[in-house]
Amino acid sequence: MVAETAKLNIDGLKLSYGSKQVIHGITFDIQPNEIFGVIGPAQSGKTSMLKVINRTIDFTADAHVEGTVKMEGQNVFHVKDVYEYRRRIGMVAPLPVGLPLTIYDNVAFAPRSFGMKDKDQLDELVQRCLEQAALWDEVKDRLDTLGTMLSGGQQQRLTIARALSHQPEVLCLDEFSIAIDPVTTMKIEDVLKELRNEMTIILVTNLVQQARRLADRTMFLLNGDLIEVDETEKIFSGNAQETKTNEFVSGAFG
Amino acid sequence: MIEAANNAKKFTETTVGRNCRFTEKIAKSVFFLMTLTMVLPLLLIIGFLFYKAWPALSIDFVLELPKNGMRAGGIWPAFLGTLYLVLISLVIAAPIGVMAAIYLNEYAKENWFTRIINLAVINLAGVPSIVHALFGLGAFVLAAGLGRSVLAASLTLAVMTLPVIIASTKEALSAVPMSFRQASWNMGVSRWQTIRGIVMPNSISGILTGIILQVSRAAGETAPIMFTGVVFYKAIEKGDLLAYGLLDQCMALAMHLYTISTQVPNVPDAVPFATAVLLLGVVLLVNALSIGLRIYLRTHRKW
Amino acid sequence: MLQRSKYKVIREVLIEWIIRICGISAVVFVFAIFLFVFWQGKGLIFSGDFDFWKFLTTKEWYPASENNPRYGVSALIAGTVSVTVLAMIIAVPFGLGAALFISEFCSPKLKETLKIVIELLAAIPSVVWGFIGLTIMNHLIMELFGAPIGLTVLNGAIILALMSVPIIVSIGEDALQAVPDSYREAGIGLGVTRWQMVYKVLLPAAKNGLLAAVLLGVGRAIGETMAVLMATGHAVHIPFDAEFPFLHGLDSVRTLTATIAAELGETARDSSHYQVLFIIGILLFTITFAVNLTADLIVKGVKGK
Repeated sequence: MVAETAKLNIDGLKLSYGSKQVIHGITFDIQPNEIFGVIGPAQSGKTSMLKVINRTIDFTADAHVEGTVKMEGQNVFHVKDVYEYRRRIGMVAPLPVGLPLTIYDNVAFAPRSFGMKDKDQLDELVQRCLEQAALWDEVKDRLDTLGTMLSGGQQQRLTIARALSHQPEVLCLDEFSIAIDPVTTMKIEDVLKELRNEMTIILVTNLVQQARRLADRTMFLLNGDLIEVDETEKIFSGNAQETKTNEFVSGAFG
Repeated sequence: MIEAANNAKKFTETTVGRNCRFTEKIAKSVFFLMTLTMVLPLLLIIGFLFYKAWPALSIDFVLELPKNGMRAGGIWPAFLGTLYLVLISLVIAAPIGVMAAIYLNEYAKENWFTRIINLAVINLAGVPSIVHALFGLGAFVLAAGLGRSVLAASLTLAVMTLPVIIASTKEALSAVPMSFRQASWNMGVSRWQTIRGIVMPNSISGILTGIILQVSRAAGETAPIMFTGVVFYKAIEKGDLLAYGLLDQCMALAMHLYTISTQVPNVPDAVPFATAVLLLGVVLLVNALSIGLRIYLRTHRKW
Repeated sequence: MLQRSKYKVIREVLIEWIIRICGISAVVFVFAIFLFVFWQGKGLIFSGDFDFWKFLTTKEWYPASENNPRYGVSALIAGTVSVTVLAMIIAVPFGLGAALFISEFCSPKLKETLKIVIELLAAIPSVVWGFIGLTIMNHLIMELFGAPIGLTVLNGAIILALMSVPIIVSIGEDALQAVPDSYREAGIGLGVTRWQMVYKVLLPAAKNGLLAAVLLGVGRAIGETMAVLMATGHAVHIPFDAEFPFLHGLDSVRTLTATIAAELGETARDSSHYQVLFIIGILLFTITFAVNLTADLIVKGVKGK
């Protein structure tokens, strides 16, 4: 363990909604500039875990969190400005959400709300984010049309561009390919391979093979328990330490 | 062939089935007639009001001052007074109502306290208008020392119409999908910025619909204003748009209709009828505007 | 790293506090209404010679009498009750029938139109309703029943019925819409007709919501002022007795609300007459509060399931 240099430390994280516990104490680290895959069947607490990491769990009234989440050594539940903290984390939700603004405004919304006013600076940022999300070529001539008019795959890339617009250090993707076609999925996967040079990526995925293709390390969550976290190759080798992991990745259940 | 068809009919058509379909038809027609008996008289009544009012209705009727002890002439002071009351109550109630709705829909957690607020909104909407009048008299006219004035009457109307604005604004806000808010929060945009940048722009027409509805309700109310600032008669200059000061008493359309139809003897028929039609016209017009806006909105959604 | 300016952060905190304060405004106003109305009436309540039971049960309402003013509101309560009950006898079947028709039996296009008409019906100001009662209904009742005067319980009840129907229809329709479509499909799937489905499946499922709709209609009818003031004839009188038909629809009455509206203007401030009108206000507030609270509890009960 090289905890000193880890990007994120999650230690003994427990989460419950009302009286129902959904995460039963999980502990792991995420290293800088790695793609960290998270796999597991539905209801494993994957999405809830991401909500805790970027602290949007605060908006869920009956949620109760125990344990610590540290980013570069700092407990994220003690940060001074939660909004500033949230900007350091990019989040891509399972279903694409085009905000009912123009494509340009979709990407420029967050930077503007932090006080970026300079037109040239914004133009440059919007272009860079859209390029990074592999969407620029398709939309550069119609930046002033509504984001909601794009196709599902394009909207998902717009969501990624938006997540990049606040220049995050960690990018979380939550089953991003669930509502889009395989071609777009491959495009986004290529994008992620590029992005890993600049940031840390947490890839929660419903496609086991996607984790295998992209992730450096992979974690297997089952019903809110951490079953195993290891090098991706190890997890998928068929010789993982836990038999449940072997069964899951070979498709025996899930 | 025919015999076979008849046999088939025998097979499907039983007395029970026939009776069932018969009851169904009866039920449907009865309900239809019930609906009709509500709608038809309404149209007849409005038609009749209009017919009786026709001789007196004209632009001059709106712009003239009442003459001859309100038995002739126009209704300008009352019309202007209603305009004042509606606008001032709107300026007071709209911001409070909209913000209360934002609180309830965007900030409030699901707990007993929120439940109490919601209950209070419902009950505020159910308080009889005459009790609002007593409240206005006790709180604004006497305790706050405003006296019987435009301001006191407007404040009373504002309290009375507050729940209308809260309820409709809340509905408009909750029509904005949760995912929009989450997407915005995920980017580190603050709660209020999300409301201003995403939620409000996408619900503003719905909010406006509710505010317009408030206008129509405030314009038609009589009881809450009759002891708080509106008088039977007040002399003002013709065409003077700034005739009433905030602490003056004023006339109002609804009160004027009540006065000339119950308190003033020997008023020619056409005058109260014309006043009623005018008041009804203003209220229905404003309402139709709100309905039109809502229909336009539904067909021009951005998502 | 972009930083939001201090000024903006502070402004935002301020705005959020204003929003919270506005959020509780409704609670504040409900309390304030009760307190201020109570405050104006308290002098008489605590004066010693005010007997609340006598106030409720005697029917002598002679507030302006020089040497012996008597404040018995039972005739006024009877006026309110008679007009409300008769109005509900008319409005409930029609309102629920119309709600059923709009929700279950008509085409989407007709549904849209009818809902708009109902909404417009709800928008008609009460003073205009009163005026209709005073003129059109007054003549109609005199013609049809040969009554000496048309400003009666019946007149007020018809007007009130027309005013409460929109509430009953729209809330009732909501209640019917809240019944899941799967219930309807299950009913139709069994091969029963639509009417049987409505009767056996829908009505039991929506019964709480429909009850709440009726209660809200009652609340509106009790609180209505101008329309009954103008349409019921303004006589302090108990319009029912022990013999059939119990309720005399062609009697003139006066309601609690109408009494306040008619007499408050003529009383001297802080006279006992003035104060007793505020006590009637508290009575009305309490009654409608109870009715609305019950309706809300019934609706929430439905949602809880």
